[in-house]
Amino acid sequence: MRYVAPSTLEEASAFLVDANGNGRVLAGGTDLLVQLRAGMANPDTIVDVKHIDELMTIKEEADGIRIGAAVCGQAMGEHAGLNNTWPGLVEATELIGSTQVQGRASAGGNLCNASPAADSVPAMIAAGAMISVYGPDGHRELAVENFATAPGKTNLKEGELITSIKLPKPAEHSGDAYLRMTPRTEMDIAIVGLGVALTLDSEGTVTAARVGLGAVAPTAMLVKEAGDALVGSKLDDEALERAAEACRKACNPINDKRGTIEYRTKIAGVLLKRVAKIAAERAGS
Amino acid sequence: MAEKTYKWVGTRQPRPDGADKVTGRARFGADFDMPGQLVGKVLRSPHAHANIRSIDTSKAEALPGVKAVMTSADMPDMPDEMAPAGEVMVNLRDVTRNVMAREKALYDGHAVAAVAATTEAIARQALALIEVDYEVLPHVIDVDQAVAEGAPILHENLRTKNVDGAEDTLTNVAARIQFTKGDMDSGWSQADVVIEHAFTTKPVHQGYIEPHAAVASTTEDGQVQLWCSTQGQFNVRGYCAKLLGMETSQIRVTPSEIGGGFGGKTVVYGEPLAIKLSQKAGKPVKIVMTREEVFRGSGPTAAGAMDVKLGATKDGRIVAADLNIRMQAGAFPGAPVGPACMCSFACYDIDNINVVGFDVVSNRPKVAAYRAPGSPVAAWGVESAINMLAEKLGMDQLELRIKNAAREGTKTHYGPTFKDIGMAATLDAAKNSPHYQTPLKPGQGRGVAVGFWFNIGMDSSAACHVGEDGTVTLISGSPDIGGSRASLALMAAEELGVDYQKIRPIVADTASIGFNFLTGGSRVTFATGMAVVQAVREAIDELRARAAKLWEVDVEAVIWEDGCAKPAGSNVGDFEPLSLAEIAVNAGKTGGPINGHAQLNAQGAGPGFGAQIYDVSVDQDTGHVTVDRCTVVQDVGTAIHPDYVEGQLQGGVVQGIGWALNEEYIYNDKGQLENTGFLDYRMPVASDLPMIEPIIVEVPNPNHPYGVRGVGEVPIVPPMAAIGNAIAGATGIRMTDLPMSPPKLSAAIDAARVSEAADD
Amino acid sequence: MAKNHVTTTINGEPVEFLCETHETMLDVLRNDLGLTGSKEGCGSGDCGACSVMVDGRLACACLMLGAEAEGRSIETIEGMAAGEELHPLQKNFVKEAALQCGICTPGVLVAAKALLERNPDPTETEVRYWLAGNLCRCTGYDKIIRAVMDTAAEMRAN
Repeated sequence: MRYVAPSTLEEASAFLVDANGNGRVLAGGTDLLVQLRAGMANPDTIVDVKHIDELMTIKEEADGIRIGAAVCGQAMGEHAGLNNTWPGLVEATELIGSTQVQGRASAGGNLCNASPAADSVPAMIAAGAMISVYGPDGHRELAVENFATAPGKTNLKEGELITSIKLPKPAEHSGDAYLRMTPRTEMDIAIVGLGVALTLDSEGTVTAARVGLGAVAPTAMLVKEAGDALVGSKLDDEALERAAEACRKACNPINDKRGTIEYRTKIAGVLLKRVAKIAAERAGS
Repeated sequence: MAEKTYKWVGTRQPRPDGADKVTGRARFGADFDMPGQLVGKVLRSPHAHANIRSIDTSKAEALPGVKAVMTSADMPDMPDEMAPAGEVMVNLRDVTRNVMAREKALYDGHAVAAVAATTEAIARQALALIEVDYEVLPHVIDVDQAVAEGAPILHENLRTKNVDGAEDTLTNVAARIQFTKGDMDSGWSQADVVIEHAFTTKPVHQGYIEPHAAVASTTEDGQVQLWCSTQGQFNVRGYCAKLLGMETSQIRVTPSEIGGGFGGKTVVYGEPLAIKLSQKAGKPVKIVMTREEVFRGSGPTAAGAMDVKLGATKDGRIVAADLNIRMQAGAFPGAPVGPACMCSFACYDIDNINVVGFDVVSNRPKVAAYRAPGSPVAAWGVESAINMLAEKLGMDQLELRIKNAAREGTKTHYGPTFKDIGMAATLDAAKNSPHYQTPLKPGQGRGVAVGFWFNIGMDSSAACHVGEDGTVTLISGSPDIGGSRASLALMAAEELGVDYQKIRPIVADTASIGFNFLTGGSRVTFATGMAVVQAVREAIDELRARAAKLWEVDVEAVIWEDGCAKPAGSNVGDFEPLSLAEIAVNAGKTGGPINGHAQLNAQGAGPGFGAQIYDVSVDQDTGHVTVDRCTVVQDVGTAIHPDYVEGQLQGGVVQGIGWALNEEYIYNDKGQLENTGFLDYRMPVASDLPMIEPIIVEVPNPNHPYGVRGVGEVPIVPPMAAIGNAIAGATGIRMTDLPMSPPKLSAAIDAARVSEAADD
Repeated sequence: MAKNHVTTTINGEPVEFLCETHETMLDVLRNDLGLTGSKEGCGSGDCGACSVMVDGRLACACLMLGAEAEGRSIETIEGMAAGEELHPLQKNFVKEAALQCGICTPGVLVAAKALLERNPDPTETEVRYWLAGNLCRCTGYDKIIRAVMDTAAEMRAN
């Protein structure tokens, strides 16, 4: 097993290509090192991408904010612009692991680990984030919700890595929020995670809404019907219930050590109502 | 009783090992290394129940870097022989099978072979090369399923003890025990109100943060040095000698600083394997468990299933109590069902009691002691039922307990009659606490429960060495898990009348002090404390004798006061007091070194009683419970070091909160443990909790020179039921199966809503 | 495969070491550098007993490769006291009995120090959430939280 720490994207991609499927990208390492120790991963090459500037910076651009794929959660939490525009996403990222993990784990890593329960992903889906990927064929972009294909699987091709995540500039009177259900307050994996981003008009009517839902299906997903159910409403009980029902319908969970099918399905609806209200409060303020 | 006043006892002094522990200097089990040491690793069964047809280690042995491989064939088989471990007895025949499987693997994680290699990577590789031919058998985990007809049988030779006619019956029930008092028929006939309910608990782990670790070094002439993290170096020595066919004097065990035990480090796992591998390889061998190995392979506590029945008169006098409890011992007999049965109704003065318990084996790791072993499981059922009774009687939950509290003169159902006990004082303190006097906020529920533990005495040795400058080394053989060195030094300072800082307490290895039974049963400050006091008094007698010699008077004419030898009266002569330091510096001229020694079997451990109050909030949509406030009240005898007494109360409470709300072993359908790490074995984290408010009640134990009672175990007894009672208060729902985790509570809330709707 | 040659700074001192790629920073600290103050409670980042600072950020040494230390600055519990003088947190942990067995203590102290450097006046809730990644099984956290709060107040006053 060898360790390399390239300083350019081109080199990083080349190392991954050379490894011929046995390379692993190392950003925060909070998933990879656990897998190495458990013997679940045994790569020939570990490519540490934290020396590539572009992956380590948060950039405010005219049409949004670009987060380097290896930027740690704590750095995201410290970024004023990001906190102001996408507080829900920052909260979601800050729920990943302990303070110790926060200083290392990145949104890019959270995406690549492709756990259905990844906290930052439903929030990114709600935000309408786009992922930038670099590889042997150059750059490409795709929507966050299309990135993971199955638990632990993504549609990254050989030699590709995520370079950044682009969050759009939200419209006036927009807000986002994320909540998850865990038995403990911290140090836990979401039984359900749910993010909402929405926009209100001057009357308080929802004009746009996106709902991201995690831990209830093989991948985190966009629940379009739930967002649609909120649009046109002032988040009255009936609209919330319709959106909650859409979330419950979208669930395709498993029974496992963390939760039952019934519980996960129920909680998806509970969280939708709570999260939508927080997002609306933020949008209104 | 007149309050005794002390200069040192009862003060909050810095602990002697404090600086070492805040700087990272203190050496715990895994921090010790020997030159040329090999890495030992253990191969574990992936099957919950399987015959081991054969083990082929040849490929592992051939791997370069591998220096030794062992299986159970390298250790002698053991006859049935009982030995004490923690508060429970274990059978050495079972212990040898637990540290390394023989005929059968009996649980997922059961050790089947071990290797020693030059690096950890090679050791891991070697494990993968060991070929074990398993015949997988049907398994059983749950205690009531293990008792049911047709259950897979773990041990063909097991017969139920204490049951007539059981000689021919294959069974998983190792023993039946029963305690009775009074006449049940008469009790039930007096009862106006009867409560009857079933309760269950899941197995939980002690959850110490430091995994088991041991380094063994052997010599060609058969001597062994062992460094390990243990609650009892003498017990480790005894076990290893037995299991390996050695003499105890050949094995010298040095206890490291211990990173938590709670009863879980009272037995051996890797220690005998490290010795055997070291003997085979001719080099030191270090075995450190991973966290996964700790969960899969080390002793959790027993789960239990029980039926509780209580009868009371209208005015709230409990007249009959019945408990039938089945406890899961794991792979070998030895569930703490005896203590569970004895503790069950010990808090109450009830005339008619019948308690029956069963020790049941199933395909889980053999249980080890865990803080008041057995008592919390019984209390979960009994203390929940007491609240159900209070609800039915329309009585306040604390008043019902006060009315029926055990008092001086109460005869227990297991034999003894209580003397100076603090149950009533504890309940009064709970009732008068700021917490109980504070009204609940909307949506909150309040729960109370009480708990009992015997506390134990057993064997202790201690020595007190006076240095030439008048400082003192205090030597005991009791590993210090929670500040006991400080408590022992405080009592020594009090006796000697010298500054606490002049006393350096150490925990010695097995060759440097006489036998000490392990740290457990809340015995150290009590029993080793008695030995310390006795050793110090012997040293004081010697100091008096030296002063007498210098003054040329009889020793009886010299008293010891305020750290000085003084004439007993004016008729003795006009002598200036001689300080400890003044006597010590002249020791060579007056008869040589000044030491004191003591060895004893401590009798008269004072039983401990506690009461706890919890306020909780329940998220009615998710079933998530938040503990908003918690007060822990306990009779501790005398709080020698109040900080560490409070620490015991607070720590025990939080372990109980984990047990109540989230901790459990989760098995898949193959009987394999699914949550083998701290991520999914959910122990409470700092953000889950409020401050834990301690109220110390002091009813001194007359059998101890400073009135000490054990402290550490009672605090884990009440939390589960108290929290269940608080949840019932907040939701109207009575939970009967632990843990009361969000999915389970949420389902119960939904079921209640459905049934309410149906009733409308 | 050749070992990685790493040049780094640990507790302010330049340090060089060789490590296999799979070795974690915790392995290197404990096994190669003799810095056993950082403890391994889980090896998966769930207990915090191996907490260290890496370039000013709190991290679990078990979740970092030794090779990643190249060019970085690492601080461990061994570097917390200034010579003979204990850090105020260390003093107050002893004074206020914020430890029992002591296995989690080094990690808790490193994490608490990191908190007070970022936030000299944390609320109880902030302390509890910041330290949520440091498991303690002995104390119930009560005296730990109090010692951190008291130290913060003391450091603000000085």
